[in-house]
Amino acid sequence: MKTEIAIIGGGPAGLAAAVAAREAGVEDILIIERDNELGGILNQCIHNGFGLHTFKEELTGPEYAGRYIEKVEELKIPYMLHTIVVDIAENKVITVMNKEQGMFQIEAKAIVLAMGCRERSRGALNIPGYRPAGVYSAGTAQRYVNMEGRMPGKKVVILGSGDIGLIMARRMTLEGAKVQVVAELMPYSGGLKRNIVQCLDDYDIPLKLSHTVVDIKGKKRVEGVTLAQVDENRRPIPGTEEFYECDTLLLSCGLIPENELSSQMGVELNPVTSGPVVNESLETNVEGVFACGNVLHVHDLVDYVSGEAKMAGENAAAYVQGTLMQAGKEIPLKGENGVRYTVPCTVDRDRMAEKQVVRFRVGNVYRDSFLCVYYNDKCISRVKKKVMAPGEMEQVILMKSKLEAFDGLESITIRIEQE
Amino acid sequence: MYDVVIIGAGVTGSAIARELSRYQYNTMVLDKNSDVCEGTSKANSGIVHAGFDNEPGSVMAKMNVRGNAMMEQLSKELDFSFKRNGSLVLCFDEKDMDKLEHLLEKGKKNGVPGIRIISREEVKKMEPNITDDIAAALYAPSGGIVCPFGLTIAMAENACVNGVKFQFDTEVLNIVPKEGGYRLETSKGVIESKLVINAAGVYADKFHNMVSDEKITIIPRKGEYCLMDKKVGDYVNSTIFQLPTIYGKGVLITPTVHGNLLTGPTAVDIEDKENTQTTAEGLADLLKRVAISVPTVPTRQIITSFTGLRAHWTEHEFIIKEVEGAPGFIDVAGIESPGLSSSPAIGEYVAELVQGIYPMEKKADFQATRKGIPNVAEATFEERQELIKKNPAYANVVCRCEVVTEGEIMDAIHRPLGATTLDGIKRRTRAGMGRCQSGFCAPKTVEILARELGKDVSEITKSGEGSNYLTGYNKEDM
Repeated sequence: MKTEIAIIGGGPAGLAAAVAAREAGVEDILIIERDNELGGILNQCIHNGFGLHTFKEELTGPEYAGRYIEKVEELKIPYMLHTIVVDIAENKVITVMNKEQGMFQIEAKAIVLAMGCRERSRGALNIPGYRPAGVYSAGTAQRYVNMEGRMPGKKVVILGSGDIGLIMARRMTLEGAKVQVVAELMPYSGGLKRNIVQCLDDYDIPLKLSHTVVDIKGKKRVEGVTLAQVDENRRPIPGTEEFYECDTLLLSCGLIPENELSSQMGVELNPVTSGPVVNESLETNVEGVFACGNVLHVHDLVDYVSGEAKMAGENAAAYVQGTLMQAGKEIPLKGENGVRYTVPCTVDRDRMAEKQVVRFRVGNVYRDSFLCVYYNDKCISRVKKKVMAPGEMEQVILMKSKLEAFDGLESITIRIEQE
Repeated sequence: MYDVVIIGAGVTGSAIARELSRYQYNTMVLDKNSDVCEGTSKANSGIVHAGFDNEPGSVMAKMNVRGNAMMEQLSKELDFSFKRNGSLVLCFDEKDMDKLEHLLEKGKKNGVPGIRIISREEVKKMEPNITDDIAAALYAPSGGIVCPFGLTIAMAENACVNGVKFQFDTEVLNIVPKEGGYRLETSKGVIESKLVINAAGVYADKFHNMVSDEKITIIPRKGEYCLMDKKVGDYVNSTIFQLPTIYGKGVLITPTVHGNLLTGPTAVDIEDKENTQTTAEGLADLLKRVAISVPTVPTRQIITSFTGLRAHWTEHEFIIKEVEGAPGFIDVAGIESPGLSSSPAIGEYVAELVQGIYPMEKKADFQATRKGIPNVAEATFEERQELIKKNPAYANVVCRCEVVTEGEIMDAIHRPLGATTLDGIKRRTRAGMGRCQSGFCAPKTVEILARELGKDVSEITKSGEGSNYLTGYNKEDM
């Protein structure tokens, strides 16, 4: 089997990339999705707040996905459901399996990686204690409650104030569980400010910053957890332990892009994001392989995922149509002084659009600081920001005309500076 | 009345059951948990020790070397994962060379094949990631790694196919001698047997002491482990032990037979025989100790940690004999390391003991071989196509981290002694053992279990009664 563009994953990123590639004129596209429907994790995000940027209205997750699924259907873009990609070779031969067709290979000219991410597990956090039933990642609990109508627990403690954890604090409360506390290891929340207000404050659920779980009790099912305050090195402070009786511990401690397939095919990964290193076209080091959405770096808002995926889809289209310019001089983009990473990692002035969005996260909470962009050693812009926090993705926009007008440009640096 | 009742469906009990199933005994295995391999057998190093550190002449030494020699053939007969990767004992200081020599001597006396001391350079060539600060190492090429679940389940399944009965969720509460045998009062009623084999792991003292005035004490010796992602599974090639240093008894680091990297165990004597919790101190201590062997141990790749309890007898020796004053009651107690390695030999030896007490004809139709669940993840393209042709469910991947399919999970449920819990599925297929630690596949596995067992998803448990995954329906408690 052959296709011009294969899109790995039918979540928001894959859908938007497929639509964009088709609208750019590529007929032969194939979306490969492992679940039994398109839409990805959005299908379990039944709360609202999606689409404010993309559609200028407030939608639920399934509604947002629905808009894109409708487009995919309308444009008659082919897709395969419950089909798992087991391998992608460097020559873009994709090995897949499903119940109907068995195991077979698909040769693609271009590939868009859109596999999303997974949640950090209890094991990866190395939380000590027993290993009973009742310890779930927030996303697993979300799936049970929102898609199966089943409760994973009645009395809940949540570790981690990532957005899914905050959303689940509210959801579990609305469904009749008692959410006792949300503990966060860091001195700041990992989630969006609006979620703290709407999901915790509105339901009187306390948020304990600089706290972590130091013990899990219960041999068969969780019977309780012990929280403790942590010091500035994130080590538990003896004497601050507090026991919470509960039957469930939900974990919302970060998301990890799922790049096992990418690295198998030789795609270079950025250790900070765990996502591929990409250029301005969202192309990886393997020519014709593009990445977008949470497999590239974890986003806060699906609206941004759609925008990024559109670009990846358009560039994949240009690649197979032969209109994507050969890569020329790649100017490195660097994050410094609190800017943890940038996506993309390089820009090519000839290939970039007039406006190039560069997204990044900061490593701490910065108040009344300046977000600065340097061309070589020259400060080009210095914008005062009231607050920047790790839970909220930041961006700067690079202008092609400005970059072209700057003689001898060797690097671009984004950094945070104080007064 | 049974001919033989075995208490405990761990690796020892299962090995004995399998050996006894060669004969026409009417045998029953009892376990208080809901599956085989729920105690010490599920939480250990998965090492097939070469057998150099046991006291020459001890039961441990004999069983270990014999068990090691049997393992390869057995792995072929019963289709479980086993690999001879060799083991190294690192000596960090020239001053300790005499200790290494002593270990070599013990190994030779115990009949460990091919054992020798190798130079620092040779060690570094074999294991580039280990510390530069070593003097030499003891190399035992016969050391190996095995899947502890695979070994236990394979022997139990084979015993089951050959007619041994298994009864789970059955706790033995009291044992009373009676004419020609024993009366076992259990949580599921009274069971009578001519012979009783006590293979109860950390609880073996409890049952021994029910029938003997010569009391014994089995101490749960806790060992904590960290398991790392398959990405770093080749960080070391052999199983790497440490000569005891001034910092105390060492820990090991090893690839697992499935390609993960494993380090552990710590050693702390405790009282509570159910205390399998990991501790912050224990894990920190472990990572500090393993860094002596591998300073750059990739701790960021830890995917889970766990605790096992060694069934440590105060005299540090295997007790495998008929209890004095309790005819027909056989202790198989104090089976701590190298218990896993020794298990096939213990099974063989106990079957001989039973034969001595109560001789029985061999079965004419004994099935010596067993075929395991197909492994889609490790199958070739052609093998996968073949499997999928037989059952399309082998193309439906449920656990994406370990590439475990619906077909394999269905097999795990419908085999002899099939899985009824999530942990049971995990140990038989590896679904949920990967880097996401069942985040994605648990709901799907629960669904398949419910469907195949004809139950509601709310009845499905992680590891038996009281460990239900779900607590009810939305809004039920409002």
